[in-house]
Amino acid sequence: MHPVVSTVLQRLGLGAITLFFVSLIIFASISMLPGDFTQAVLGQAATEETVAAFRKELGLDLPAWQRYFDWIGAIATGDLGTSFSGRSASGVDRSRPVADLVAPRLWNTLFLASMTALIAVPLALFLGITTALKRNSVYDRLANATTLTTISFPEFFVAYILIVVLASIFPVFPSLANVTADMPLGERLYKTALPALTLTLVIVAHMMRMTRAAIINLLASPYIEMARLKGVSPTNVILKHALPNAWAPIATVIAFNLAYLVVGVVVVEVVFVYPGIGQLMVDAVTSRDIPVVQACALIFAATYILLNLLADVIGIVTNPRLLHPR
Amino acid sequence: MSTTSDQMSETESNAQEEAYSAAGEVGMQRVRRTRWQRMRISLSKAPLSAWFGMIVIAAYLFTALFAPLLAPYGEAEVFATPFAPWGGDHVFGTDQIGRDVFSRLIYGARNTMGIALATTILSFIIGGGLGLVAAINRSWLDQFLSRFVDVLMAIPSLIFALMLLSIFGSTITSLIIIIAVLDSTRVFRLTRSVAINVVVMDYVEAAKLRGEGLGWVMRKEILPNIMPPLVAEFGLRFSFVFLTIAALSFLGLGIQPPTADWGSMVRDNASLIQFAQYDLTAAFTPLLPAAAIALLTVAVNFVVDWFLHQTSGLRDDH
Repeated sequence: MHPVVSTVLQRLGLGAITLFFVSLIIFASISMLPGDFTQAVLGQAATEETVAAFRKELGLDLPAWQRYFDWIGAIATGDLGTSFSGRSASGVDRSRPVADLVAPRLWNTLFLASMTALIAVPLALFLGITTALKRNSVYDRLANATTLTTISFPEFFVAYILIVVLASIFPVFPSLANVTADMPLGERLYKTALPALTLTLVIVAHMMRMTRAAIINLLASPYIEMARLKGVSPTNVILKHALPNAWAPIATVIAFNLAYLVVGVVVVEVVFVYPGIGQLMVDAVTSRDIPVVQACALIFAATYILLNLLADVIGIVTNPRLLHPR
Repeated sequence: MSTTSDQMSETESNAQEEAYSAAGEVGMQRVRRTRWQRMRISLSKAPLSAWFGMIVIAAYLFTALFAPLLAPYGEAEVFATPFAPWGGDHVFGTDQIGRDVFSRLIYGARNTMGIALATTILSFIIGGGLGLVAAINRSWLDQFLSRFVDVLMAIPSLIFALMLLSIFGSTITSLIIIIAVLDSTRVFRLTRSVAINVVVMDYVEAAKLRGEGLGWVMRKEILPNIMPPLVAEFGLRFSFVFLTIAALSFLGLGIQPPTADWGSMVRDNASLIQFAQYDLTAAFTPLLPAAAIALLTVAVNFVVDWFLHQTSGLRDDH
């Protein structure tokens, strides 16, 4: 088999195993709940029958391995279980399926994340390549100092500074990103501008520094020296000679930062009251609505693992040493 | 002209060579610099950014240690006017239920940093200890621990922490233990990878043959040799843990009221930001604790940067 194919398959297999174990951990979390949480959910006044019915619904009378396969099988068909909230002691069940809660919010979060990625990735690549071209210039130093500072700031600090400047003192953008499903695209973009800008500031720094480092690293290699000596212009040296070899590390860093977006999105969504999945998870953690927490954690973890896997695969596929084996 | 100067320098160097004698140097009593002297020498060479970082950290530590003496009011003392403006009796005004913001900032240094420090120390005890054991005893134990850590690291730690907090509840004890365990995975990886290179050294082998136990080999043979990267990692992990706890408190799931804490202070006063047009200082009230968090993180990063530079022997020659 071609070495690229076998390495990629190996990596995909590892990813599948990791996903399996992660789902196992997330599933096991519900069994770690202290005490009899059915009473905590249903309230002190719950009757014996209600508690028993609820326990049966959760399948607590079945062995753990059977519950796991039921759970994972249901998830594979899009059924994420039923939320704990909306239940009462009298047995009246107004709870909603988790999938209904998650789906619209997942779409909102994906919208925010892809909007951020569309701004951040080209910006980071542009800054990284230009700073590598004009190394040690004032521009390079300024970009470096700015990015270093934004890296060490907590997300909510960046977010609130942006709100003070761009929403309060100069009211350019709204400080609340309360988007609804039937909003036209233009208004939606306008409302999500500040959260997207915050996330961009947070992730651009890291991507730009890694792009710059990857290119500068390559500029020291002999074949670049050769290209320079034969009279290729500095821009062409970077674009035609250095960049093709730098794609692997750059792609890794981009995918890694998009994975980081998944985590950053939680705090930023709360700051801007954006109806996304991060906000949903925080609310569910506060009210200890375990099925929702499990579903959100599983979505976040799966996205994170898949993006990291994608980075690995891109790294392998673009590696010239693997593409042209001796 | 040039020839004469060359000759001059040549005679000078000759004179120096005469004054120097190898026997003299060998016979000379060698004075080993004390730890204190070495520290002063490297400190005097520290760059401006490192000095800035150290001064900031020292100021934070001072505030944390002497919080009750520095703060004008108590941490949970409630006054009549909520959201009082800056100046007057309250330097930075009061918060949503009328507690003095300045006093809470000072107490926050103690609470937030104390909890972050405890968490980091615990995570180093767990991760460092297991990492050393895995490096020395490279059997199924090493395999098991490493694969387990791989799986734990595949879940973003903030998400994992959120999930565990929903199960165990947000008390300070569970917060410290959960974050310490999640963070110890990174410490484990680093310790193991650094220690593996030291374990194969002859003196470690000699110590084992001499019959020293696992504890001795860990503490006396390996640990001193992997200290520099671990110390640098301690700084980085501290700022990471600090940011995670601040983020969790900001989300309302970390340190619970009435304990003063910077993350939850940002959350409690966030509504003041809307008044930036009318009173700029009011908008700064929630930004103060956030800035306190950011400044400490930047300071720690500066010091760690300098420390890494020192111990790795890197030089900026070009």
